[in-house]
Amino acid sequence: MSRIACKGIWKSFGNTRVLEGLDLEVPDGAVVTVLGASGSGKTTLLRLIAGFERPDSGTILIDDEVVDSARHFVAPERRRIGYVAQEGDLFPHLTVARNIGFGLARRERTSGRIEELLELVGLKGLGGRYPHELSGGQQQRVALARALAPHPRVVLLDEPFSSLDASLRASLRFDVMRILREQRATTVFVTHDQAEALSVADLVGIMSGGRIRQFAPPEELYSRPIDPTVAQFLGEANLLRGRAARGAVETALGTLPLGDGNRSSLVGPVLVLVRPEQISIQRSGRVPVGPGAGEGATGRVIHREYYGHDCVVLVSLDGAEPAVRVRCPGQAPVEVGDAVALQVTGAVVAWPAEPSGDPLRR
Amino acid sequence: MRAVAANGGTGRDTGHDGVRGSLRAFVSGRRRHAPWLLASVSIVIALVLLSPLGLIVAQAAQAGWGQLWSVIDRPFVATLLWNTVRLALVVTLLAAVVGTGAAWLTERTVLFGRRVWAVLLIVPFVVPDFVLAWTWSSVFPAVHGYWGAVLVMTLHLYPLVYLPMAAAFRAADPGQEEAARGLGLSRWAAWLRISVRQARSTLLGGCLLVCLALLAYYGGFEDLRYQTFTTAIFGELQTQFAPAVASSLSLVLVALSVIVLGGEAVFRERGRLQRSGPMAQRAQTPISLGRLGVPALVAVATLVGFALGFPVAVVLYWMVAGGSSALPAAVSLGAAAGYTALYSALGALVATALALPIAMLATRHPRRWSAALERSTFIVQAIPGVVIGLALVYVASRSLGFLYQSPELLVAAYVLMFFPLGLVAVSSSVARASPRLEEIARSLGKGPWSVRVSVTLPLLAPGLLAAYCFVFLSAVTELTATLLLVPTGVQTLATQFWAYAEQGVSFGAAAPYAATMMVMSVIPVYLLGRWFDRRFLAQPGERSVLEVLT
Repeated sequence: MSRIACKGIWKSFGNTRVLEGLDLEVPDGAVVTVLGASGSGKTTLLRLIAGFERPDSGTILIDDEVVDSARHFVAPERRRIGYVAQEGDLFPHLTVARNIGFGLARRERTSGRIEELLELVGLKGLGGRYPHELSGGQQQRVALARALAPHPRVVLLDEPFSSLDASLRASLRFDVMRILREQRATTVFVTHDQAEALSVADLVGIMSGGRIRQFAPPEELYSRPIDPTVAQFLGEANLLRGRAARGAVETALGTLPLGDGNRSSLVGPVLVLVRPEQISIQRSGRVPVGPGAGEGATGRVIHREYYGHDCVVLVSLDGAEPAVRVRCPGQAPVEVGDAVALQVTGAVVAWPAEPSGDPLRR
Repeated sequence: MRAVAANGGTGRDTGHDGVRGSLRAFVSGRRRHAPWLLASVSIVIALVLLSPLGLIVAQAAQAGWGQLWSVIDRPFVATLLWNTVRLALVVTLLAAVVGTGAAWLTERTVLFGRRVWAVLLIVPFVVPDFVLAWTWSSVFPAVHGYWGAVLVMTLHLYPLVYLPMAAAFRAADPGQEEAARGLGLSRWAAWLRISVRQARSTLLGGCLLVCLALLAYYGGFEDLRYQTFTTAIFGELQTQFAPAVASSLSLVLVALSVIVLGGEAVFRERGRLQRSGPMAQRAQTPISLGRLGVPALVAVATLVGFALGFPVAVVLYWMVAGGSSALPAAVSLGAAAGYTALYSALGALVATALALPIAMLATRHPRRWSAALERSTFIVQAIPGVVIGLALVYVASRSLGFLYQSPELLVAAYVLMFFPLGLVAVSSSVARASPRLEEIARSLGKGPWSVRVSVTLPLLAPGLLAAYCFVFLSAVTELTATLLLVPTGVQTLATQFWAYAEQGVSFGAAAPYAATMMVMSVIPVYLLGRWFDRRFLAQPGERSVLEVLT
């Protein structure tokens, strides 16, 4: 059973089309992230589900009940949805406790529910504060507690951590997702941060052009993106030209085996996705020959970035292809200027090369 | 299927009720709409506000355009024009310099006792222009004519610049000035090019108010024997009894005001001031004055002394020295105070209530026409009280005779005159009561009306209170329109003071009325000061009215 179903949603603001026939089904109890660039309509999608805006056409169902269609509209206050906005949007004239208790009936406010929620979000004892006396992270915790208080059917999170700094953001995200999992709350979380989208979700939807381009578990999305745009959206991607035949593809990095998805069907010119961590790097002359490895390629290191846990090396291939990014664990075994040999491990994903839509030409 | 179609609005639209919303959602689908109820109410309000202008034009037209021109095309009018323009230019300039300088001293330097001065510098505004002019000219007969008017009006009006500029300096981000100094500017240059530059629209707004007030004042100029359009209009009306001539002169006066308003609109800053990032602002380090500390202190003390200490002392002196025989009966003072409070409170109430729909429409539904509607009501600011009074007298004497010299008409005049003040205060708080908070409240299960009461109203409350105080204060000290419209047999504090002070001998009798007016104005001024703090400090936590009051 799906908790939320959006069917054929169209929405424009003036002459700007934001959603163009969007479909999305959120399963009961799942944490779904919707990943898209800023301005791609993510927030609009949440606002439509919450009932703050109405679509131009299409149907929205919550628990199989139509909440928005051409003939029906359920007001936001009757949808039982918890909404957490980017800036928290706490009521500035109310204390923390009264913010959390806002959506509760009078007798529930004295039943200990507020204290329970304060404890859940780790703000025990701060119920008497006003929002401006809290830090940004604390404000977001209150916003979450406020949204969870009336036992919503769905929790919608609109980039809830984007106004916080990086370290606070990671720890708050960890806490919030733990709480949402504990509460078994069906959650839709929109973000433009791909690491955030992948790390917290059961299912990720990639939004672009006013639609959901791909909707899948994060592992599948990362390893088998449906097109080059999705591939580039999620993580770093080397896109190489190649020629496919008999379940393998010839590229500047050698002849690489195709993954299960498109082994047999693909023939002719293709665009190949090689993730940076799929490539191993050695100084020239010491090319390892492992099982399942292609014959490899040679090039020269032109740039190196060190991240602590790993590093990224930019290698200019001896052929005419653009430089390739290689990720290696720990310290780089090579220096800028070294002649190196590259080796791809594992199967790759490829798509037929479209003459017009070739992302390499952009 | 439960609870279908309770409200057909988009989240941003708030001006409709559930039944109509559902009907519209059902019939016309999901088109976004401006709320017609709010829009039509706002349009009616704007039309009513602008009606005095139409009435004055009608009155002048009745006399005939030929005669109008013959009234205007006289050396007398040229003199009036010259008197008015040279006074407006010099006083506005002086008020800008004095107000900005005082604001800088109290907000950015270590001036001795700056917290106390910050309060005292605002208070002179509670001394009505005609009281200040009277105290100066009664003690120093030399204070009259052009230079007398320059002195008195600068002392009276500089708080209109000081108040917003002080708030702007307080809210200025020290980080920006530091960045400028990092780029090689001196402290002085950084202050001028960053803080003053950014406060330019604030300064212009203050200057606009000074200019418009100058054009509208009557009593002070009468005291100082300085002739402007307003005194001439009054003269035509009361001594010559020539309403058509008065109307013609009014048209010139309105034209002047409209030019000032238009000038301000041209120079107003388009961009908005914003601090980057959500982080809290650091406190500013006050600047040490060094050897200039004592002269600065003397300057500020002199300003406060001249604008506040002197008139208060004179009023107190007359209350004591005037002798008990000259003191009015406590009954008539009490009655005048009561009427003043009543009419001012009613005017403030109505003006605030009328400002709310227009502020809501312009802020929540920002279209070109709604912005134009809001701006159009500011034209009222450019219509001096004497003109509004004249228009209302005209209406009452022509068609609505039962209203002539009725309290309702006087209250209506206050509403018309001070509506823009109320609108400014209400608008800024409407802008802060974000519709997103209302949406969140809806998603937490509250219906539209419940949200209005529990979220929107508390967020608007400080602005509504400020609007109320603004209008109340202005109405208490209003003389010009009150003289024209005061109900038969009634005296307000201002008119009774005027009646005594004009006779020139009963200073002792006039003084208690002046004192009462000042006392009645102090509380709203204090509240207003607090409100400006909040408005410009941009704290995320705007609190309830109770906390404004404490």
